[in-house]
Amino acid sequence: MFIKLTTVDLSLAAILVVLLGVLSAYMKLGIAKQLYIAALRTTVQLLLIGLVLKNIFESTQPLFVLLICLVMISVAGWEILSRQKRKLKGWWGFGVSAGSLFVSSFSITVLCLFSVIQADPWYSPQYAIPLLGMLLGNTMTGIALGMDRLTQTAWQQRPVIEQRLMLGESADKAISDIRSEAMRAGMIPIINSMAAAGLVSLPGMMTGQILAGAEPVEAVKYQILIMFMISAGTGFGVISVLWLISKRLFDDRERLCFKRLLKQSGN
Amino acid sequence: MSFFNIQALAYLDCGPINLQIEASEIIGLNGSSGSGKSRLLRSLADLDEHTGNVSLQSVDQHSTKAHIWRSKVALLSAETYWWLDTVDAHFKNYPIEQAAELGFVSDVSAWQVSRLSSGEKQRLGLLRLLENNPDVLLLDEPTANLDPENAQLFEDFVTNYIYKRSACAIWVSHDVEQLKRISQRQYKMQNGQLVSEVKGN
Repeated sequence: MFIKLTTVDLSLAAILVVLLGVLSAYMKLGIAKQLYIAALRTTVQLLLIGLVLKNIFESTQPLFVLLICLVMISVAGWEILSRQKRKLKGWWGFGVSAGSLFVSSFSITVLCLFSVIQADPWYSPQYAIPLLGMLLGNTMTGIALGMDRLTQTAWQQRPVIEQRLMLGESADKAISDIRSEAMRAGMIPIINSMAAAGLVSLPGMMTGQILAGAEPVEAVKYQILIMFMISAGTGFGVISVLWLISKRLFDDRERLCFKRLLKQSGN
Repeated sequence: MSFFNIQALAYLDCGPINLQIEASEIIGLNGSSGSGKSRLLRSLADLDEHTGNVSLQSVDQHSTKAHIWRSKVALLSAETYWWLDTVDAHFKNYPIEQAAELGFVSDVSAWQVSRLSSGEKQRLGLLRLLENNPDVLLLDEPTANLDPENAQLFEDFVTNYIYKRSACAIWVSHDVEQLKRISQRQYKMQNGQLVSEVKGN
């Protein structure tokens, strides 16, 4: 049994988004434009990928799969960057975010495909791409939050950081509190969803598998695997990003170096 | 070679500045606001970019790790910051006796930092800085928020520390009389240069 959605159904949901945008504009919360762009993007992007997903899944070319993965990572890296109020200047910003996604999400996906799922061939796109996608989608959020918190708090607490430097603390020590706060900010979403799974929320992938006729226990096992991968991916990703950025915020004489940050408007 | 040696120091549009300070010596520095006095102190503590050479007991600034340099060449900025909840959380060991010498009659160690006045912050900021036993004190208008009595206690406390430890200090103030009281040589910051004011006695 599969209930098909009509255009009217989707329009109803779209009206809610429009209302939210109107309310935000009325209250001058400044999120309307970003919200509309994101809603439009999700519609167009999902429609397009829906059309070609079948063809992609049928491909067995490893290079083609790799290429798609790299595109996904680059886009995720770019999205992280455009959520930042202050980002690292030049290629550093993209390098740090895409690099950490590569280290965390990509390597964990490969490890999981290779040793746990063991499809034939192991890079089969119908496993590799959704898996990487779920990981990227979640780690991306964590990394974007952690990064934004770090640069914003460091910017606002400049006098405190410099005070700690004056007291002879190393750069690493002087920013340590801000870094652990940023780590917490980045990890809250995944910790929340692990804690609430099954009690508050029924994760989408698992529910989908069960509805499609899979054995519930098997579906649950997959979901647990995904949850662990996401938390590990987010954790390693956020840690590497915070480490790299907090290094980059100081020069070789342990002085704050905010000229390496660029303020972005529209965030 | 002097105890603390500043050679051709330049930063922004100030300098080159040359100054030799001996152990147990206090240098008084005044000058109009925005003349670069605070920036000079920040450069000496290596918190701002600069060119030229600064050395302490013949050890060059850049051959010392920056945070170790700052624990020896300690800057007390005009405003001090307190980021933890209570006063004593900012100290390794809260120095009760020294606090009394600076005029703290009651024990403020357990106070919430939000309760501190700016004058109390300045005095506690000095105590906090002295836990590193610095060899050079860079004081940026340290008594600006103190009443005359507490300012006097502060002056005595600092001069005492400088002599006992054979350290040295640069003391920035707008109070010329104070500078004459506590320092052996006075300079004025003018057009990015140090100008000698009065010969020491």
